[in-house]
Amino acid sequence: MIRIIKQIIRTGIVTEPLLPEVDAEITEAGAKLEEAIRKRFRRSLTIRQVDAGSCNGCELEIHAINNPIYNCERFGIQFTASPRFADMLLVTGPVTRNMEIALRRTYNSTPSPKLVVAVGDCGCNGGIFGESYTSLGGIDKVIPVDVFIPGCPPTPQQILAGIRTLIEDPKK
Amino acid sequence: MSVLIDAITPVIGAEFRRDEGLHPSLIVCYIVSRENFAEAAKAMKKAHALLAAEWASDETLFGRGFGIYACYRWGAEYLIIKTETPFDDPTFPSLTKRFLPAYRFERQIHSLMGVTPVGHPDLRPWIKFEDWPEDAWPLRKSFDASKPMPRIFGDYKFVRAEGEGVYEIPVGPVHAGIIEPGHFRFQAVGEDILNLEERLGYVHKGIEKRFESLSWQEGSRLAGRVSGDTTVAHSLGYCMALETMTGCSVPERAQWLRALFLERERIANHLGDLGAICNDAAFAFMLYQMSRLREIMLRINHKLFGHRFMMDRIIPGGVTIDIDADGKELILEELKKLLKEFNKLVIIYDENSSLEDRVRDTGILIPDKAREICAVGIVARASGLNLDCRTQNPCPPYDRIEVNVPVLISGDVHARAWVRVEEVRESIRIIRRILETLPSGKISAECGIPSPDASGFSAVEGWRGEIIYWLQAGTDGDVNRCMVRDPSSVNWLGLEQAVLGNIVPDFPLCNKSFNQSYSGHDL
Repeated sequence: MIRIIKQIIRTGIVTEPLLPEVDAEITEAGAKLEEAIRKRFRRSLTIRQVDAGSCNGCELEIHAINNPIYNCERFGIQFTASPRFADMLLVTGPVTRNMEIALRRTYNSTPSPKLVVAVGDCGCNGGIFGESYTSLGGIDKVIPVDVFIPGCPPTPQQILAGIRTLIEDPKK
Repeated sequence: MSVLIDAITPVIGAEFRRDEGLHPSLIVCYIVSRENFAEAAKAMKKAHALLAAEWASDETLFGRGFGIYACYRWGAEYLIIKTETPFDDPTFPSLTKRFLPAYRFERQIHSLMGVTPVGHPDLRPWIKFEDWPEDAWPLRKSFDASKPMPRIFGDYKFVRAEGEGVYEIPVGPVHAGIIEPGHFRFQAVGEDILNLEERLGYVHKGIEKRFESLSWQEGSRLAGRVSGDTTVAHSLGYCMALETMTGCSVPERAQWLRALFLERERIANHLGDLGAICNDAAFAFMLYQMSRLREIMLRINHKLFGHRFMMDRIIPGGVTIDIDADGKELILEELKKLLKEFNKLVIIYDENSSLEDRVRDTGILIPDKAREICAVGIVARASGLNLDCRTQNPCPPYDRIEVNVPVLISGDVHARAWVRVEEVRESIRIIRRILETLPSGKISAECGIPSPDASGFSAVEGWRGEIIYWLQAGTDGDVNRCMVRDPSSVNWLGLEQAVLGNIVPDFPLCNKSFNQSYSGHDL
């Protein structure tokens, strides 16, 4: 136990600029995000992540926004296990034929406003997998999408910034 | 000395040809009759070989039928046995009764290529879902991959258990966490798992078919996206198979840089996994500590190599990015800090008795079972199998680096975690060695185009385990077939075995300790 406490004290709070040039961007994104979340979602934005066929690269970066360095929870962003509690779906693609029905069902179980963010090049337009017998292409081929975050995979900063653009100016 | 060839020669007798088109020439491919295909498997089993992969290729464009390939492995040696089946009688003898992993390979061949393994006990479709048209065989040349397929009505029959108190828990495809989709069907009594059936295929993106429409160069980009967390190892596997076919000799500096990328990928993923395993045992402290170390590493990747996961840094013929003296300095500095912190965290892991209570004796894959399913990589090494391509089948520069392979025999969650701990330390040592000896010179060479009907084989040790690529050039030098065998294709079978008799709440912990790729399996 003493080792754990020592390690925690020694590590301190790492949610701080590590590389200043990069972190200026996140903190700025974060401050605006926090304000928008406070106003529209009473300080809590709940996200359900859906992998509709991705290669797992985007998932790793979505994991990263939860790590202590990006620490998305400080802005009130929380990931949930059920779409029924979610304000937003964070979907990675391309949508495969075998996931299409599951994605539609997830979308239908989400309460309004059903914000949808498509993450990654494949989520935007199918990326290198294109459209084929089994890949339907971008997420918007199956459910309405509010914001696209391109990148292969997008960095954690880009994902946080993309979520911000949506909740500051949602179309619905 | 060649154990597999010695074992097979008396069985197949005089009636066989050697496939001269296969590269590298060290790997032998024998073409035998359909009857001898099963006899060969019998001989291989007797010689204690493992089945590394089994796949089919549509060779109608060469005026042949379908080629069925089985790749066996014994220590450092690989042997491929091929049989040909005519187009109007697409059948071959099943190997499932001798080699367990053939169970899924053959279901896949049946579903996607439309060639029937005779004697297979369970021909339910695999990866192909019940709502696909029955005659949709995407890997056949006659299949038009650009058009969407209609949905038909169908039903997938899961294995059932009946009796008083037996109930079923369906999980997925959309899971509770930020992970990939797949379906698990548990039969349980109380909390004890009687049976687990996996149903995968949700992220089938048609990768193998997609390779056929891309150029050889573009293929390495696609290979890097077979499984996003293993991007370096997959593009390396693809490039090595291609380079053996074209006879391209990769500059020495590029080979060492490739190994550097590979080891960095291994460390980053192991750190993430160790944190996640502890988190699934409700020890969140370790998740935050490990993900912090991982993030620092990814940022240095970004700074030095321009991409956090080093995607697309390996191309046919070499690598796209070099490292300078400052970069070396930065990595050495980073590794010093990393190792110091990592060792402290490992002591905390080791001393935590409530964590030990969860990870020890949970999800045991006994060595016999691991052998039976022909497990590879971390899963195999945690269950007593000493398998690592870096030592047994070393591609340069591993032939000049001594790699210590950790092997444990307990086969539980702890063993799989501990193999990762040892490998992180070993990889740190390897990276130091690479930076010390990094030769100078060019970092890429012209790769060229393979000649028609040539094929290339490669095996690379990714962080999950052995990745196999087999490429076949078409009639005018394009891609006729690209077979990808991610370690997940075999190791998923191990998870089904390991959870038996455990309680349902321990499933996430077992699953995380395997951490197999859905995308790499479904392709």
